[in-house]
Amino acid sequence: MKVLVCVKRVVDYNVRIRVKPDGGGVVTDGVKMAMNPFDEIAVEEALRMREAGHVSEVVAVTIGDKKSQEQLRTALAMGADRAIWVEHEEAIQPLGVARVLKALAEREQPGLVLLGKQAIDDDCGQTAQMLAALWQRPQATYASEVVISGETVRVTREVDAGLEVIDVDLPAVISTDLRLNEPRYVKLPDIMKAKRKPMDSYTLPDLGVELPPLVERLETTPPPARTGGFKVESVEELVATLKEKGLV
Amino acid sequence: MSRLLIVAEHGAGNLNASVAKTLACALELKPAELDVVLFSADGAEAACQQAAALTGVSRVLSVARPENGAPMGAVLAPQVAAMAADYDYVFGPSTTFGKDLMPSVAALAGVPMVTDIMGVEDGRTFVRPTYAGNAVDKVRVPDGLVVATVRAASYKAVGGGGSAPVEALELDIELPTHSRFVEIRAGSSDRPDLQSATKVVSGGRGLGSAENFQVIYSLADKLGAGVGASRAAVDSGFVPNEMQVGQTGKIIAPDLYIAVGISGAIQHLAGIKDAGTIVAINKDPEAPIFEVADIGLVGDLFKLLPEIEAAL
Ligand SMILES: Cc1cc2nc3c(=O)[nH]c(=O)nc-3n(C[C@H](O)[C@H](O)[C@H](O)COP(=O)(O)OP(=O)(O)OC[C@H]3O[C@@H](n4cnc5c(N)ncnc54)[C@H](O)[C@@H]3O)c2cc1C
Ligand SMILES: Nc1ncnc2c1ncn2[C@@H]1O[C@H](COP(=O)(O)O)[C@@H](O)[C@H]1O
Repeated sequence: MKVLVCVKRVVDYNVRIRVKPDGGGVVTDGVKMAMNPFDEIAVEEALRMREAGHVSEVVAVTIGDKKSQEQLRTALAMGADRAIWVEHEEAIQPLGVARVLKALAEREQPGLVLLGKQAIDDDCGQTAQMLAALWQRPQATYASEVVISGETVRVTREVDAGLEVIDVDLPAVISTDLRLNEPRYVKLPDIMKAKRKPMDSYTLPDLGVELPPLVERLETTPPPARTGGFKVESVEELVATLKEKGLV
Repeated sequence: MSRLLIVAEHGAGNLNASVAKTLACALELKPAELDVVLFSADGAEAACQQAAALTGVSRVLSVARPENGAPMGAVLAPQVAAMAADYDYVFGPSTTFGKDLMPSVAALAGVPMVTDIMGVEDGRTFVRPTYAGNAVDKVRVPDGLVVATVRAASYKAVGGGGSAPVEALELDIELPTHSRFVEIRAGSSDRPDLQSATKVVSGGRGLGSAENFQVIYSLADKLGAGVGASRAAVDSGFVPNEMQVGQTGKIIAPDLYIAVGISGAIQHLAGIKDAGTIVAINKDPEAPIFEVADIGLVGDLFKLLPEIEAAL
């Protein structure tokens, strides 16, 4: 079985986000970029499936500009067998990404498509479900455990009430939650080796994909600032302050 | 005039608290008709009645089918998408139920989606958080059906007292059989629900162990508070996943939030931006949590928490 695993280039999660003063988005010039943390978990899970003998090939996919190839190289260095770069310079949103992924799924015929549960830049959390709906395959979102047995997968999902377990038939779409695994570190020789691994590239016309209209971003502003208050010196002072505010 | 549909989450005979908050957002659009739909195997009569009593509801629609016994996105989405033809807006709550379901509905309807509406500017313009709430985008949706989730923490629940009719609805469409519910493992707790509690006490890595978390439960019980946790506390196995607060956990808006042994990473703060008063208890005076806390107390939590409990 082949696995497609989706990786998105995003601002590194350690970066303190700054909104541009003109309202035109957040500052990304000179800012450290990285693979979306949930996608690292997705790559790791795909590799573990291959190591366990369930999977024969792990294919990393990204849709983005030239620089997004860096994140494909990271996936290859982690251990993916090959990569697919879908070149697209302009903005693209989850429904558009899902259409591209569906076209690739039809071409590649994977048994599983693994994605992150959300991209930490747009915080949309839409792409996996949209792909599942378009591809008419199961969606197992927020996975914290995935067990493959034959033609079905048992997925434990992190939901508000606790843990939900579902069985889905292959092929299926799975989105990863934080506790699914801990991604491996990439070693230097692997980065060298990754340079020789194959990377195919496509354009949207190659794949016959037409993008839907975008949700237009009119303005980006910083959130209302929470300014820190004050420190109290003692438990008595804390309790007295809370009582004064009518909170206890 | 527009027509709006809310997909309601419910379980164990109760309407989820997120529905009344989603409704508050929906009412800002002043729809001519505002219907609420519940999917169930048995008609979910009690939850339907609770929905019917909420302010502003025109009709409650109940879609009963054996396949709807467990709320699975892949099974519900084609049903919601079929209903969507009659509406201008379809909203769901930003709970894991709504977040799982609504993108599939949007994809089947062929329209983009808005995640986590936190404000309505006009019929097509909405405000939503990005980058863990560190940026706020004003966005305009293209023409056509609007599909969205509503960030419950941004809205106050509408009141009751309404008496909308409850109607059974039959949807004659084929449903996928590729996904099967097995079980849900829910932690049972008598404490207030984290997402609707007015007071929440949360513990982080500073607690050190599951046993030590007892001091958090104890203070919470004294206050009648819900209990939350940081990701580190969940990852370390101190508490179950449903207690995680933050960007990828629960987004909450209690009147009082007490963060104990939590450093204040941006991903954690994303979950408490709408809290009324934030209290931080941490032994490190430089911990970033103090930059946002309204009231800070520096010291060892194991010494301070019992003292606070005694002083209350
Ligand atoms: C993609 C992504 C998503 C994430 N989502 C979330 C999320 O939803 N929610 C979340 O919480 N995190 C999330 N995180 C993790 C986040 O970045 C932090 O790692 C996490 O919040 C740290 O938890 P903590 O504050 O409990 O632990 P630490 O950062 O280790 O802080 C522990 C604190 O306890 C204090 N302490 C220790 N002992 C005592 C004592 N005896 N008395 C008083 N104070 C003491 C220390 O001074 C320290 O400040 C996410 C990370 C990523 C990459
Ligand atoms: N441009 C992209 N290229 C590859 N994968 C993507 C892209 N955008 C989103 N994804 C995948 O979809 C997941 C969810 O993204 P989102 O719906 O934007 O929150 C991400 O974690 C990725 O796995």
